[in-house]
Amino acid sequence: MKNGNAAKIKPQKIKGQKFIKTQVTPVEPCDPNAMIEVQHLTKSYGDLKVLSDINEKIFQGEKIAIIGPSGGGKSTFLRCLNVLEDPTDGYVFFEGNNLCNLKVNINVQRRRMGMVFQQFNLFNNLTVLKNITLAPVRIGLQDLRAAQRKNFFIRFKNLFKSTNKKMPLLPVQKTAKEIKSEARENAITLLQRIGLADKCNVYPSTLSGGQRQRIAIVRALAMNPKVMLFDEPTSALDPEMVGEVLQLIKQLADDGMTMVIVTHEMGFAREVATRVLFMADGKIAEQGSPQQIFQNPQSDRLKDFLSKVL
Amino acid sequence: MSSFEIFWERFSTPGTLKSVLTGLQNTAAIAVFGLILGFLIGCIIATVKIIPSQNIFVTILKRLADAYIAVFRGTPMMVQLLLLHFAVFIGVNIPPVAEVSLIFGLNSGAYMAEIMRSGINSVDKGQMEAARSLGLSYFTAMIRVVLPQAVKNAVPTIGNEFISLLKETSIVSVIGLADITRAFKAIADSTFEYFIPYIALALIYFVLVMIISLIIKLIERRLKKSEKR
Ligand SMILES: Nc1ncnc2c1ncn2[C@@H]1O[C@H](COP(=O)(O)OP(=O)(O)O)[C@@H](O)[C@H]1O
Ligand SMILES: [Mg+2]
Repeated sequence: MKNGNAAKIKPQKIKGQKFIKTQVTPVEPCDPNAMIEVQHLTKSYGDLKVLSDINEKIFQGEKIAIIGPSGGGKSTFLRCLNVLEDPTDGYVFFEGNNLCNLKVNINVQRRRMGMVFQQFNLFNNLTVLKNITLAPVRIGLQDLRAAQRKNFFIRFKNLFKSTNKKMPLLPVQKTAKEIKSEARENAITLLQRIGLADKCNVYPSTLSGGQRQRIAIVRALAMNPKVMLFDEPTSALDPEMVGEVLQLIKQLADDGMTMVIVTHEMGFAREVATRVLFMADGKIAEQGSPQQIFQNPQSDRLKDFLSKVL
Repeated sequence: MSSFEIFWERFSTPGTLKSVLTGLQNTAAIAVFGLILGFLIGCIIATVKIIPSQNIFVTILKRLADAYIAVFRGTPMMVQLLLLHFAVFIGVNIPPVAEVSLIFGLNSGAYMAEIMRSGINSVDKGQMEAARSLGLSYFTAMIRVVLPQAVKNAVPTIGNEFISLLKETSIVSVIGLADITRAFKAIADSTFEYFIPYIALALIYFVLVMIISLIIKLIERRLKKSEKR
């Protein structure tokens, strides 16, 4: 290399893998025990570096609370975990699948990662029930049709094969009707669990913030996710509604759900989290158990932050 | 005989009445089919234009969409009609009303694309994100969640587009299609009375426009209510 100038690194070429141009860091093997693994995660908006070189692993059953000053990159980090935001560089693995690999079907991976937003984001054009059943029904029907299509070709090929060489058909367990009624029953069960079964047929605009957020949570649960990502789930709520939402999240935690929660509710983080990450300036500046973080903070940044919020 | 009597005598003959009715039917058909086609084209073009992808195939599609919009918005409707009817669709054997509806649909699609694009942009980004976070594909999210809300937001603008489309159909008589304008022009030409027939024609368009405005208002009100239930 001349004069020490860094040579322009070429995007890597590996069979079965394809990345966006800016992703130049070599992929390292991921930890098979980690549910989510983040490698060298970097995110820039133009010249603004929001996340710089974050490495982290999240294991099954963990309840991770992310705290930190506003603008520190908490939301961006969370949104990179299910690649709602494309990382500029670095990789996110979910159950061993590299979500940044463009050859990986991101829609299939996201089914198992629930996400809850600060602004609820219930679908305004659909009733509460339809909000919950939309994804299970659509995805169920897509899978059904895909299986039927494949079976059609298998049958066609089997016409030309001798009896003992015929290929087996893919199993098609449910009819379209069953998929729909099952999704509906499941949604009603979930609504009963949060005491809102009577709101089945109303539109989201008629509900309170607390009701909307609880419905947003069960909407994510309807896909049977392995992990739930919460981005400040109570920040847009009136104070009297914060409790009902936190209570539901706590129930999920007690049921063993793996979760990552960005929150400003320090009491909640202390109570529910198994690990707390303190994010500032695009980095995980400090992390540890709730006791360590809240009772024995090490860095000045964290001490300063805690003195302001506690 | 007064001007009105002359007009009425002519107008009330069965032949003229029939041509007026056919004309009305053709005008309405062209406007309605043109609107529907334009709406579908508009939705597709608008969706293509906002696909967030650097894929080369998508980029080409986007360029084509831009070109389509530029051409159809950058030239007069009358010129498009003459060109497409006499030069492009010349050997094609489809009923004239269908052909003209297609031409109007193509024209309207370019405007509808812009209407739908701003309609889509008016839908909160969180709606798409929530749908994608559940594992729905971009297109499923678009069709099931974003477009219905975009259409709803765009209803007043789509109504205006329908009104101008209806009025613009009055130029189809230049290619010999028997619309309502042509029916009244025939009355005027054959009686040498111009004022009354053309005032009557203007009144018919005006009433049609009023009816459309009313329907749009009802739809708007209905949509507003459906969210409050
Ligand atoms: N879409 C975007 N375009 C440009 N800058 C952004 C965008 N999203 C976030 N940022 C910037 O990234 C930084 C981190 O934002 P965010 O992750 O939302 O922080 P936090 O959630 O910790 O408050 C902020 O400075 C914010 O202005
Ligand atoms: Mg945030």
